[in-house]
Parts: sequence; C-alpha cells; structure tokens
Amino acid sequence: MQITVKLFATFREGRFKQADRDYPIGTTVANVVDDLAIVPSEIGMIFVKGRAAEMDYVLKENDALALFPLLGGG
Amino acid sequence: MAKVIRVNMTDLTVRTEEAPAAWAGLGGRALTSTIVAEEVPPTCHPLGPNNKLVFAPGLLSGTAAANSGRFSAGAKSPLTGTIKESNSGGTSARLLSRLDIKALIFEGQPVGDAWYRVHVNKDGVTIEQETETLGKTNFAVLESVASRFSEDFGVLTIGPAGEQMMGIANISVRDTEGKLRSFGRGGLGAVMGSKKIKFITIDGDGSSPIKLADPNAFKAASMVFTKTLKDHPVSGQGLYTYGTAVLVNILHEAGGLPTKNFTSGQYEHHEKISGEKMYENITARGGEPSHGCSNGCVIQCSQVYKDTAGNYVTSGFEYETIWALGADCCIDDLDIIAEIDNVMDDLGVDSIETGVMFAVAMEAGILPWGDGKEIIRLLREEVQKATPLGRVLGGGTLAVGKAYGLTRIPVVKGQAIPAYDPRAVKGIGVTYATTTMGADHTAGYSIATNILNVGGKVDPLTNVGQVELSRNLQIATAAIDSTGLCLFIAFPALDIPECLGSAVDMINARYGIKLTMDDVIGLGKTVLKIEHEFNLKAGIGPEQDRLPEFFELESIAPHNVKWDMDQKELESFWNF
Ligand code: SF4
Repeated sequence: MQITVKLFATFREGRFKQADRDYPIGTTVANVVDDLAIVPSEIGMIFVKGRAAEMDYVLKENDALALFPLLGGG
Repeated sequence: MAKVIRVNMTDLTVRTEEAPAAWAGLGGRALTSTIVAEEVPPTCHPLGPNNKLVFAPGLLSGTAAANSGRFSAGAKSPLTGTIKESNSGGTSARLLSRLDIKALIFEGQPVGDAWYRVHVNKDGVTIEQETETLGKTNFAVLESVASRFSEDFGVLTIGPAGEQMMGIANISVRDTEGKLRSFGRGGLGAVMGSKKIKFITIDGDGSSPIKLADPNAFKAASMVFTKTLKDHPVSGQGLYTYGTAVLVNILHEAGGLPTKNFTSGQYEHHEKISGEKMYENITARGGEPSHGCSNGCVIQCSQVYKDTAGNYVTSGFEYETIWALGADCCIDDLDIIAEIDNVMDDLGVDSIETGVMFAVAMEAGILPWGDGKEIIRLLREEVQKATPLGRVLGGGTLAVGKAYGLTRIPVVKGQAIPAYDPRAVKGIGVTYATTTMGADHTAGYSIATNILNVGGKVDPLTNVGQVELSRNLQIATAAIDSTGLCLFIAFPALDIPECLGSAVDMINARYGIKLTMDDVIGLGKTVLKIEHEFNLKAGIGPEQDRLPEFFELESIAPHNVKWDMDQKELESFWNF
C-alpha cells in the first residue's frame, strides 16, 4: 500500500521532505520509523492525516504520515 | 535600597521612594499589575491623565541567571480596556536592575503640546523637552540617541504610531545589537504617546553588580537551572536551530494554522514560510540562525535574517509575525514578510495586531490578498503619515473590521487572536477567552501540551481537560512573567522538575528569602486575581470572556470543527 511520508526539521537531513512509499499491509508507524533509521526517542510529534497518532498506529492505504522531532516555539 | 521612581508628566517632577515592604517579593508582571491595580482607576480613559505606565524588571533580572533579561510594562490598555502586562527583552531590564530600580512609574500627562525625553542614570531621572526626533521612526531615534548621547544607553522608544496614539502602537526596546525588541501587545505605545514621552534612555554607568544574599547558593542553583535549559530538546536544540517559525509546518499538519483571515486551518504554501525554509535562507545568506534578544540567553530563539544580497533585513523574526503576514494574509514569500517586519519595527507597531489587521483589511477589500508590497505602502504612506485611512488601519483589527461592516473579526476584548486556531486547538481557545489580557497565546500556551507533547498530552480536538490545562498554564505563566525569566523556560519547566525548583532557589539566594514552589504558584494565582478584579471593575466581565461568534458558526478545514465550548465551563476557569 502507498503511504505519503513527510519529514520535518532535522529529520530531513540526509533523508527527504516528502515521499510516497510502498509498505506492506499492517505496517505501523514504528515500522516506518525503523525503515527510515530515525531514533524513536527523538520523535516529538506524529500526525496521521492531521491527527496525533502513536507509534503502534496501523497505517492504511493512502495515509499521510508526518514525523517531527521534539520542537517548540511560541 | 531598592527604589521606586515616579515621574510625574503633569508637573514634570520626579520622586524617588524606597520600595514599600509589600512589594519586596514582587517583580515583573506581579509588580506592574499590582501597581496598576492599586493606583489606576479601572474606569479611567487609557489615554488620559489617570492612567499610569509602569516598567519593572523581574526578580532575577540583572543577575547571572540564564535567560533573565526580560522585563514587564504595565498600564490600562487602550486596545482592550483591560489591565495589560507586556514583556520584552533588550538591554534595559538589566540596566534598571543594576541601578536598583524596582519600578519606573510614569504618571499624569503634560497640558501643553511639548514632547519630552526622559533620562535615567545612577543619580536619578531627568526630563527634557524633545524636538529633534518628533515624527521620526524608531531606527532614526536609535541613531539620534547614539550620536547625541551614547551607543551604550538602554532605549525605550515609540515610533510615529505611538505618537499618534494608535491601538497598534508598541514600545520598542533597544537590544544588544542595537536593533529592536518590543513590548508588543495592547497598544502600550499609545499610552507612552499620551504622556508625550518620545523616548527614555537608561545609562547604567556607575551602577554595581547585583548584590546576592547568598552567592554560593545562587551559583549552584544557576548551574542546575542552565543545565535544564540545555538538556531539554526544545530549549536546548529546537529553538536554537529553527527559531519559533518551526511552528508553521507543525500547525499546518495539525490543521490549526489560521489561514486567509481564519477561513481554513491549513495554508497550501506553508513550506515557503516555514522555519525550515527560514533556516535554509539564513545559512545560505550568511545570517545568524541563533541569536539572543538579551544578555545571558542560552536558548537563543532569535535570529538575524538577511536578503539575497546579504544585507540585514530583520531580527527576532518570529512565528506569530510570519504566520500573520504569511498564512493569514496569504503572502507566500519570506523575504517580503521580513521586509514588512522591519517596517513594523521602524514604525513601532505590534506585528501580531498589525498582521491580523491586514488580513481583515484584505477581506474588506482595502488591498488584494497576498499583496505584501501594498502592505509596505500602506504602512509607510498611510499609517506613518496618520492619514484618515492610516488611522483606521492603526486602530487595529477590530477598528478595521467594524469600519467595513465585517463579521469575521478575530479578536477577544479588542485584541487580535494570534497564530493558533481555537477550533482546532481547543486549549488555546480557553486561554484567548479567559486571559485578563485579551487574546494572547503567551498567557497560557496550551500548544505545548495540545500539540507539541510537552508537559503531557491533551487532545486538541475535544473540550475535555482544556479549562484545567489553560488554568494551570496561566497560573505558572503569571509567576514566570514576574521573575524576568524568558517564558521559553516553560518548555523544560513542564518536563524537568529541577527547572522551576532551581529558579525558585535562585530567587531565594538573590534576596535571602525562603520561597517554596507553592509560594511561587500562589504568586501566579494572586497576580491573575488582581488582574481579573481590575477588569471586572473596568466593566469587563464574564460576558466578554468569550470568542467571537464566527468561531461557533463556521467550521474549519481539515478537521471541520467549530468552537463549541459551553460558556459555563469557560467561566469555571476562575474557580481557584
Ligand atoms: S529564548 Fe528567545 S525570547 Fe527568550 S531570551 Fe532568548 S532570544 Fe529572547
């Protein structure tokens, strides 16, 4: 199935901004994180289609997954 | 002896007093709000002789504590009609503290047409008539002060907007680089203008370093404190690299980035105005991605932004400014936004109020959507020259919306709603509605917990837990705003217990007192209650603790949500 993966801030370094990627059915957010060699403890925010999600979330066809490191502002 | 200096602008006299014992444990916002509540009649006209303008460094300002270079300005606000505290960096907080000045209070109002400059040094305060800089913009004032007096003075100044007493006027503060920071919100520049003060200079010469009651304890606490700031990923790394503009992409993803005058929660050109893009431009052009607005800042959320030719354009280029002009006004070009930011600094106008106002002006048809060049023209040709149109624009978001018969006017108590849509981030809606300040995100930054997962997680899209979240944050913020510490210490403070603990230890070691964490939280509560009481007496009651109606009528993409919090629940905010 196809998943759109969007990366932000330092996660873009050596990777990409946005890419459509193929993953087997049943893939979780954690699997994608692992696939991209992102250190899980560095993850601050996970959004799937604009909603906050957890690492064990099971992705569905055409989901858009956004991964951010811990960031803040104000 | 800590001093309180009263400058009477009616008869041009100065009185220096010993700070009353009751004010000993107060600084920053706690002190400005206490003084305004005690001494300003709540029903007075904000631009009349009975209002007072108070500056107060925080409890830790002037010490070696990291991020302690902030101070507060307070008055009754001409924009909101409420009590107002605004907070700024720059060099003056430190200078005032080192001169042992706990509060600088401007009272009364001159009867004639003359304007004045006020000078503060170790011998006291002098008032002189000022003609040379009248009508001049802020950068010209800084140049004039540097050439006539000194490059080292702290400077507090108003631009043409303040002179004309516009609601969007701020008070600008010289920073360590000779550029500007500001007491942005609430139209405090108009209050300074109403007292006919063009600028205030502060000479720290001959002042002595702060005397600490227990230097060793202070040093120990200070080391722990600094370590917590450096250890937390947000204050230690995120803000340093990307500044606050990193929020553009985050809020876009979360669907809470108000776009085109609050008609959508996402902006299609978000990447072009993002923190990532800003970082790319800054590093490619030889600017500085990380920079402090005041002495001793280890977080360094500020930056120096240059144009493609490598010339300085602006610094302290913040998320709220970029959002207001970018997503809200649909300007998809960071370079034009930076140019506008510089013009706003020069004129002395609040970048949030002004940006949101222009989005409303675009909806009104005064200028096309996304036309940054026309914004610059309107600022320079209309606002700066105080033409009739310039005065309408200078009146702020509500003034423009009313003048053009609009219903989508994003304000609470007359002050523009900043960069987070309350329909998609419910906690910040509670803060906008209930804070004593009029719409203000900093008063209780629920984004931390609603979106950024700092200090736990509270789902931004439901109403559950939002009042409690906002209340706890507003109490803690009122306390932090009283210390002179930058509010961004809240990120480590929410996750690392030693952070606030060591801040309290520093206050104790500075003054030789024994505050507990409960005392500090108690101070936050007291400050909020004093402010609330003032507002009630000013005639601003619970019926104004609400969001504009359009948030209940119009849903916002992508989550298709409206604002639907029960008014009774909102009012329960004050149950503490
Ligand atoms: S973190 Fe930013 S706002 Fe705070 S003191 Fe440093 S530069 Fe100023």
